[in-house]
Amino acid sequence: MDINPDSVVIAAWGPLVLNATLLYSWITMALLVAGSWLVTRRLSPRTQLSRGRNLLEIIVSTIRRQIRDVSQGDPDPYLPFVGTLFLFIAFSNVLGVVPYFMPPAASLSTTAALAICVFFAVPIYGIAEKGFKGYLQNYIQPSVVMLPFNIIGEVSRTLALAVRLFGNMMSGTLIAAVLLSVVPLFFPVIMNAFGLLIGLIQAYIFAILAMVYIASSARVRRQEEAEHSQEEGEKEHG
Amino acid sequence: MDSMTLIGLASIAISGITIAVGSIGPALAEGRALAQALSAIAQQPDEANTITRTLFVGLAMVESTAIYCFVISIILIFANPFWNHVIAQAGG
Repeated sequence: MDINPDSVVIAAWGPLVLNATLLYSWITMALLVAGSWLVTRRLSPRTQLSRGRNLLEIIVSTIRRQIRDVSQGDPDPYLPFVGTLFLFIAFSNVLGVVPYFMPPAASLSTTAALAICVFFAVPIYGIAEKGFKGYLQNYIQPSVVMLPFNIIGEVSRTLALAVRLFGNMMSGTLIAAVLLSVVPLFFPVIMNAFGLLIGLIQAYIFAILAMVYIASSARVRRQEEAEHSQEEGEKEHG
Repeated sequence: MDSMTLIGLASIAISGITIAVGSIGPALAEGRALAQALSAIAQQPDEANTITRTLFVGLAMVESTAIYCFVISIILIFANPFWNHVIAQAGG
């Protein structure tokens, strides 16, 4: 039984191998890009919105609202990264109900790549928000003793992010495959519908966790500034 | 009993034990978290959105230990490195 889409080779040119993971992530990306391009190709300032544009606006504004809820701030800097993560994972997981489509998230390489993107995005957003020194100070909060634990935490949560998405998606495809051999009629359909729900929830959780990690590295300064300005205000008034 | 039988036996038995023991803790924890969230929503229905989002994120965190156990038992059954080694030894 193939549990790993990495080992399903579709075409090979010498050392270059096109496996199912690559192919299906490309298909997902192509569908996303083509769909957005088709919708936004002819934008007009009319108040009568086309269906596709309505859909995209609802998606984007919902993602913006969720990011604002989590980060307690302006969602715009985070929207491209977190929104892309969510859309890619959600769309590829939903496409998993299409016959012969293997969700790329059922392969550890895809999820590890996505988790590594988050791993690098955290310091990038942190440094952009607080400066290099301010970001490094995150690691010695609340005291210098916590330095190794903070570093371990950074690595282990990346691992957890990758393995969580992989485990959930892989278990979905695996359960469907096992059920197909045990009860081939009707029951796998229910599990597939359940897999849709799991896929969407996991995409949501991945994006929200990425946002929480980024926000935790970028947020502290704003609180300090707020406290600082409050103290100054109190001094002025007192 | 030769080493091949021993490895197969140990892998199958341990993968079952892994998922059985590993799912106890997360199951209790998720039930508890869900119960707390429900009573919180019952007390403050207005905050249902925030509570639900935090609940989902928390459940995912709790669940990840069970997922680790699941991945380990799947590796033991479908992609067992020791088994592959023995098979390679026997073949070569």
